[in-house]
Amino acid sequence: MTTAVAPAPTEHDHHEHPSWLAHHFDDAEQQFDAGKMGMWLFLVTEVLFFSGMFCAYALYRNRNPEVFEFCSTFLNEKLGAINTGVLLFSSLTMAWAVRASQLKETKTLIGMLGATLGCAAIFLGVKAVEYSHKWALGLFPGKFYISQVAGAPHSEVPYLWYLSIAPLVMLVCFILYYIYGIVTASKFHLRVAGPLVIAAACFFGGVGLGLVLEAEEGHGDTHASASHQEHSADHAHTDAAIPTVNLLSTDTAPLNDVATTPAESNTPDSSVNQKGMAGLFFSIYYCMTGVHAFHILGGMLVITWLIVKAANLEFHSKYYGPVDNVGLYWHLVDFIWIFLFPLLYLIT
Amino acid sequence: MSVVTKPVTMPAPNLVAGEEDNYLTHSSGFLSWALTLDHKRIGLMYLTCVMASFALGGILALLVRIHLWNPNLDPTQALFSNKVYNQIFTLHGAVMVFLFIIPSIPAALGNFLLPIMLGSKDVAFPRLNLGSFYLWVAGALFFLFSMFATGLDTGWTFYTPYSIESQGPVVAATMGVFVLGFSSIFTGLNFIVTINTMRPPGMTWFRMPLFLWAIYSTAIIQVLATPVLGITMLLLAAERILGIGIFDAKMNGDPVAFQHFFWFYSHPAVYIMILPAMGIISELMSVHSHKGILGYRMIAYSSIAIALFGFLVWGHHMFTSGMADVTTIVFSALTFTVSIPSAIKVFNWIGTMYQGTVSLNTPMVYALAFIFLFTIGGLTGLFLGALSTDMHLHATYFVVAHFHYVMMGGTLVAFLGGLFHWWPKMTGKMFNDFAGIVSAAIVFVGFNLTFLPQFVLGTRGMPRRYASYALEFQDLHRLSTIGAVMLGTGLLVAALTLLHSLFYGSKAPRNPWGGATLEWECSSPPPHDNFSSAPTVGDPYDFSNIEYDPKVGGYFKKK
Repeated sequence: MTTAVAPAPTEHDHHEHPSWLAHHFDDAEQQFDAGKMGMWLFLVTEVLFFSGMFCAYALYRNRNPEVFEFCSTFLNEKLGAINTGVLLFSSLTMAWAVRASQLKETKTLIGMLGATLGCAAIFLGVKAVEYSHKWALGLFPGKFYISQVAGAPHSEVPYLWYLSIAPLVMLVCFILYYIYGIVTASKFHLRVAGPLVIAAACFFGGVGLGLVLEAEEGHGDTHASASHQEHSADHAHTDAAIPTVNLLSTDTAPLNDVATTPAESNTPDSSVNQKGMAGLFFSIYYCMTGVHAFHILGGMLVITWLIVKAANLEFHSKYYGPVDNVGLYWHLVDFIWIFLFPLLYLIT
Repeated sequence: MSVVTKPVTMPAPNLVAGEEDNYLTHSSGFLSWALTLDHKRIGLMYLTCVMASFALGGILALLVRIHLWNPNLDPTQALFSNKVYNQIFTLHGAVMVFLFIIPSIPAALGNFLLPIMLGSKDVAFPRLNLGSFYLWVAGALFFLFSMFATGLDTGWTFYTPYSIESQGPVVAATMGVFVLGFSSIFTGLNFIVTINTMRPPGMTWFRMPLFLWAIYSTAIIQVLATPVLGITMLLLAAERILGIGIFDAKMNGDPVAFQHFFWFYSHPAVYIMILPAMGIISELMSVHSHKGILGYRMIAYSSIAIALFGFLVWGHHMFTSGMADVTTIVFSALTFTVSIPSAIKVFNWIGTMYQGTVSLNTPMVYALAFIFLFTIGGLTGLFLGALSTDMHLHATYFVVAHFHYVMMGGTLVAFLGGLFHWWPKMTGKMFNDFAGIVSAAIVFVGFNLTFLPQFVLGTRGMPRRYASYALEFQDLHRLSTIGAVMLGTGLLVAALTLLHSLFYGSKAPRNPWGGATLEWECSSPPPHDNFSSAPTVGDPYDFSNIEYDPKVGGYFKKK
């Protein structure tokens, strides 16, 4: 019997059902237990969902470790580290929000939820910089991967602008919403709009942070060729030693044989730097971080829902399950990133 | 025990037709159904949709069988071109698996019965429950799309590399499966939480009806296995859209990895299909033998055991796909362990009938058919689990016959048995028992006529999924087709029996069969809130105080 002890049958109907207690639950404790168990089960399904991709990762890293070593040099670990820090901090603010909801401290609650939302936006901003930078270099997944050639000009497509359109529209909408709140002098709307405006602005803060760090690392070609050189040096090769034509022509060669051909065994760049090798790494990279980013977006949606409820003063010591459960979810998203970061960024 | 709630002790007054508020009459209008949070209405909506899917899948199956009436050695003379034939069997498999069998018992009957059997007002998350239903609808729409876009020809398993290269709408179909998967996950999650947190006072784990144990075990698989299918389908879609290469040998990917991923879900999914059916049979055997179930705990444990073992045997679908020898041996050995809990159940069901007072009415006849067919299905599985025989039988009609005996002879027949059993509870109408028994008999004979020849075809080397065959197979194929038409007729009789009862059936009593579980203590159909007060729970298989009341034509529980 994990359940709360139900009231005696005959009394049941006379129990008052407050608005926050669903009609089919006997009491607050049962409702809370059910919600919490449901969330834990959902988290189990989430772990299993990601496990498919972790399996794929293990499979291909085991098969082609040199690909993972080569490719991780294209990932900027500073950006990854910053994002790890941001997510860890957001877990703190989320936990704080749970506490605030129990104590009915609405101001702190909304503040903490807003901070969590802001951190999530910073994370996505940094991620947008990372993605757009890779796309400019041609580091696409699978068959769209463009073999890296030292000194090649990178794409002029403004990917970062494309990724910023939606946040920009949202920022404008939220600001308008905030103004609407001021005009109608509605405390509720102001409580909701404030954190939303800040969160949307945080995205651009994240973009700025990402751009600064990315520039530090060395921009565009220099970054790519630097990693080339670093990598080639290990194998007593220079970029110049690998003719451009050769790099591209290996695309059509039977891929399975490439790695095992003795002549090419110590030139990982030419065997690795192609769609079926590095491209596959980036497939895994985009799948894992992409699905994770979608989970961040989902988390942001439910946190926004919490802010609306909090602004409505709905939470108190007997009813804070939603905050608690969203918190659990948020910690899991954080937790998955803690695995992704070393597995993808810190290989070499 | 003796404290029985008020309406239960006075069944007669409530039986006056039309006077009682029930879940069907509680509110009316389209929106009262479309937005309902009542688990009974959601269950009924599932039932309708699932049966419609079954009709669709069944018609596709008949088209396959009619096509195979002739050997089709000259494709121009065949009923369907090879391409169309591939599409038909693909959609038959996909519709039957994803739209019918997986949601059939848990989502339709389970939704309706689980809270009532628990004596609670609803499932733990009624909104999520409605959400699951709409996810099912959305997934089904994706499937209908891939049907009208005509061209999905990968087989329901979506094996790579063909599914990467096929011209068909694979992305739409995989997204359909993805969405349907989440419908299934949320249903399972809802049921686990409901059973864990909402049992009434007195209902310990071992006082739960066995149907609930089965649903619980099923829900565990739904929650633990389905996410893996979700990510597999997502990766396959990414494979087609982005060319990520993980499953593509041309890109150094591994097509066998897809099979591992796919069967890691889809083998446990086989138990999602059969476990609830076993739960139904446990109820039916006991109630219609008017005798307590034999070995309650063993049946309960064996449900959990099947759910857990089911996770360890997926490799037996891939004995010929290329795996290490040791791996195949381990998978083969683990496969045989599943037969132990299954055998325990069959033994206990038969033991339950021994010295019981068996009423041979429609649900019981279906239950008996189940035991016969499921046993054949289970035993023929041993030939496929053994490595040496599987090398010969893999991808032949023997496999087709085997899983149809388990899935159709097992799950579908149990589903029909359960449907007839709980039909009076769900609709408040009694059906014509004789017509029901006739339908069961036709289904039973038709089924065996369809699939017994396929065992022989398989052992003689007829490969599955072929649109044409050598002349030597013609007689057996024709027998099978005749059987399929007969099977279809039987199912039609069953459907007409049930539909007829809706309009002309007599009013169902509270407890028409003499069951002792809680759903028989509320009126037929149940009121909106199921129980006005939490019922007191006793032994669900104690029939000693259940007595027949000829005035109402049903049973009641003596005080």
